[in-house]
Amino acid sequence: MKPIKSVQDLNKIKAKTNVSVKQTAANSKDEAVVVKVAMATCGIASGAKDTYDYFVDELKRRHVKATVCQTGCMSYCYAEPTVEVTIPGEEPVVFGHVNTAKVQEIIDRYIIGHELVDGIIPASYKTV
Amino acid sequence: MAKNYIFVCGGIGCRALESEQLKKNLQREIILQGLSEEVQLVTTGCFGFCEKGPLVKILPDNTFYVQVAPEDAGELIYQHFIQKQKLERLLYIHPETQQRVTEAGDMDFYKKQFRIALRNCGFIDPENIEEYIARDGYAALAKCLTEMTPDSVIDAVKQSGLRGRGGGGFSTGLKWEITKKSTGNQKYVVCNADEGDPGAFMDRSLLEGDPHSIIEAMTICGYSIGADKGLIYIRAEYPLAIKRLQKALQQAEDAGLLGKNILGTKFNFSIDIRLGAGAFVCGEETALIHSMEGCRGEPTYKPPFPSVEGYLGKPTNVNNVETFANIPVIINKGADWFSNIGTEKSKGTKVFALAGKINNVGLIEVPMGTTLREIIFDIGGGIKDGKKFKAVQTGGPSGGCLGEQFLDTPIDYDNLIEAGSMMGSGGMIVLDEDDCMVSIAKFYLEFTLHESCGKCAPCRIGNKRLHELLDKITKGEGEKEDLKKLRALGTVIKETSLCGLGQSSPNPVLSTMQNFYDEYKAHVFEKTCPAKQCKDLITFTIVEENCTGCTLCFRNCPVEAITGEKGKVHEIHQDLCIRCGICYSKCKFDAILVE
Repeated sequence: MKPIKSVQDLNKIKAKTNVSVKQTAANSKDEAVVVKVAMATCGIASGAKDTYDYFVDELKRRHVKATVCQTGCMSYCYAEPTVEVTIPGEEPVVFGHVNTAKVQEIIDRYIIGHELVDGIIPASYKTV
Repeated sequence: MAKNYIFVCGGIGCRALESEQLKKNLQREIILQGLSEEVQLVTTGCFGFCEKGPLVKILPDNTFYVQVAPEDAGELIYQHFIQKQKLERLLYIHPETQQRVTEAGDMDFYKKQFRIALRNCGFIDPENIEEYIARDGYAALAKCLTEMTPDSVIDAVKQSGLRGRGGGGFSTGLKWEITKKSTGNQKYVVCNADEGDPGAFMDRSLLEGDPHSIIEAMTICGYSIGADKGLIYIRAEYPLAIKRLQKALQQAEDAGLLGKNILGTKFNFSIDIRLGAGAFVCGEETALIHSMEGCRGEPTYKPPFPSVEGYLGKPTNVNNVETFANIPVIINKGADWFSNIGTEKSKGTKVFALAGKINNVGLIEVPMGTTLREIIFDIGGGIKDGKKFKAVQTGGPSGGCLGEQFLDTPIDYDNLIEAGSMMGSGGMIVLDEDDCMVSIAKFYLEFTLHESCGKCAPCRIGNKRLHELLDKITKGEGEKEDLKKLRALGTVIKETSLCGLGQSSPNPVLSTMQNFYDEYKAHVFEKTCPAKQCKDLITFTIVEENCTGCTLCFRNCPVEAITGEKGKVHEIHQDLCIRCGICYSKCKFDAILVE
C-alpha cells in the first residue's frame, strides 16, 4: 500500500475502495456476490472456518462470480456460524447456523435460485 | 424477484406463542388460496421484539404484523394477497403517534440496539485497512490532526460525556485533560485489553472485528495529550485478537498512519503490544502498569494516579478498548450528537455480553437507559426453556445480582450502583429459578479468591474467610451468627482493601444478601436450598406411584446407589447417593423427587 501522506490521499482510498458494505443496493448486475463469514474466535470455534472453505470451494466449482471474505463477530452467538450474503442489487441477508448443508442450500436456492430460504436473521439494530 | 415472502419469526420467544402452529396454518392457507407459486414462507431468527410476538413480516412490500395468532392465518393471507390490502387490525400501533404503522421501515424504533462501538464489527474485514477507511476510518484522526487543536479534541471528548467503559465510569475527557496537564518529558497512551470477567467478551470481539478503530482512537488520544507512544496490554489468551492487532498495526505503519509525520503533519505516534499472562488483577490500572514494566502484577495505592505517574513513572492515560472504540465516532459526529444518546449522567451506548440462561446469547449494544427487561426479554428473547427469571448478574466478580424488582430500572452507571451492582465491563449473566444465589455468590468469590494478588490482608485473608462462611452455609452448617459475620466482614473488606479488586470483591455476596436474603435464611435456618442446587441440602427419592421400573435410573447411576428390578419400583439408597442428579435428568416419568 502506498503511504497516505495527506487527507486527500485518505479520501482517495475511501472513494476507490469498493467495500462490500457499499453494495447494499442498486449496483450494476455484473458485480460479484459477496459472502461474509463471521470469523471471531467464537465463530471459528463453532465451525466458521469449515463454512468459509466450503463456500470458497463450492462457489468456485459452480462457477459463481463471488467474493468470500471474513469479518469479525456479527454478534449472534446463539446462531453461529453466521454468514451475510449480498447479491448485487439486493439488500444483504444474514443467515444463522450455517453448516455445510446450509451452505449448499444457500448457494442452490438463494445465490443461484434467487429465492429466500429459512434461517434468516433479521437485523435487530441500528448503526451509525 | 416477483415473489412474495412471508417471514415468520422462529425465535424461541415467538415459538412459545405458537408461531409453529401459525406457520403450519399459513402454509395451509397459501395452498388453499392457490398462492403456492407467488408466496413463500420463510422462518427467520429472532426479530428482537418478542413482547409483540409472534411477528410476521411480508416482503417485498415491507409490512410488519404483530401478535399474529394461528387463527389469523386465513384472514391475513386473504386480505394481504388476494384483496391486496393491509390487515389493519394486526398492524403495530406506534406508541407515540397512536397510528398503525404500515411499513417496517417506519418501525426502526423497535430496534432497541444501537451500534456505535460495534459499528464495523461483522461488517468489514478486520484484516483489511482499506475497508476500514471506506467506513470513515481514520477520518477522525485526519480531522483532529488538520482541523483541531489538542485542547479542542479534549474538549470534544469531555463534552460528549463519554465515561470509562471498563467499569469505573470516570470521565474520559477529564482523564485525558489530567494526563495532558501533568508534566513529563514523555507520556504514554495505554489501551487496557485485559478483559477477565467470567462471561465477558466485548473487548475481544471489538479487537477481532475492528482493530483499526482502537489504533485510530489511541493515536487521537496521543495527539491530544502530547504522547508519541502507545501500548496495548492484551492477554495472551486472545491469540486471534493479537494476530489481527499485529496485522492492523503493520498495515497502519505501512500506510503512514502510524509512525513519523502522520498524514504529512509533525505528529509522530507508534504503538506496541504487551502481552499479559491472564491475571484478573492486571485489569486494575496500576497492576497493569507494573506488569508492563516487567514487575509483579500487583496494584499500588492511588494517588498518584497513572495520569500523573504511570508507566515508567511518566504520565500515562489508560483507557479500556470499548472506550477507545467510541472516540472516532465522537470526533466525526460531534460531541453533541453523542451526548444526545443515553441518560442524563451516562451518555452513549454500552456493549454487553449477554450470556447464561437466555435464549439469544449474544453481543449487544444498547443506548444507556435501556431497561433490563428490554435487554432480557426483547433482545435476549427471554429465559431458556420457559423457566422463570430470577436475577441478572452484572459487572462480573465486582458486580452484583439484581432481581426482578430491578427489571424496569434504566441501566446507567449510577442506577446500577444504587441497586447494589455496577456496570463493570459489560458481562451480563442471566440466572433462572434453578440457580441458587448463595452458590452464585460463592462461585464469584471463588474466582476473586484465585485472582487476588495477595498483597493486602483484607483481600487475601478476608475473602478466604468470607468464602469459608459461604461454604459452611451451602453445606447446611450455617448459624444465625454467620449471616451477621458475612455482612460485617464484607463491609470491612470493601472499605479497607488496597485496590478495586478487593474493594469490590464482596459485592456478589452483599448484593445477593440484599436482594435474596430469603435464600440465605432458608439455607441457615431451614437447612434447605430453595433452588435445589446445594448437594448437602437435598435428597433424591423415588415417587412410587410414578415409577414404572424401567431401570433407566439405576443403569445410569454412577455409584450404584439405586436398586430395583425391571417392572418394580426402584429404591435410592441415601447412604450411597452422591446427589449428582443424573437419575433426575434421565427419568422420563417424573418419578424422581428432589427435596
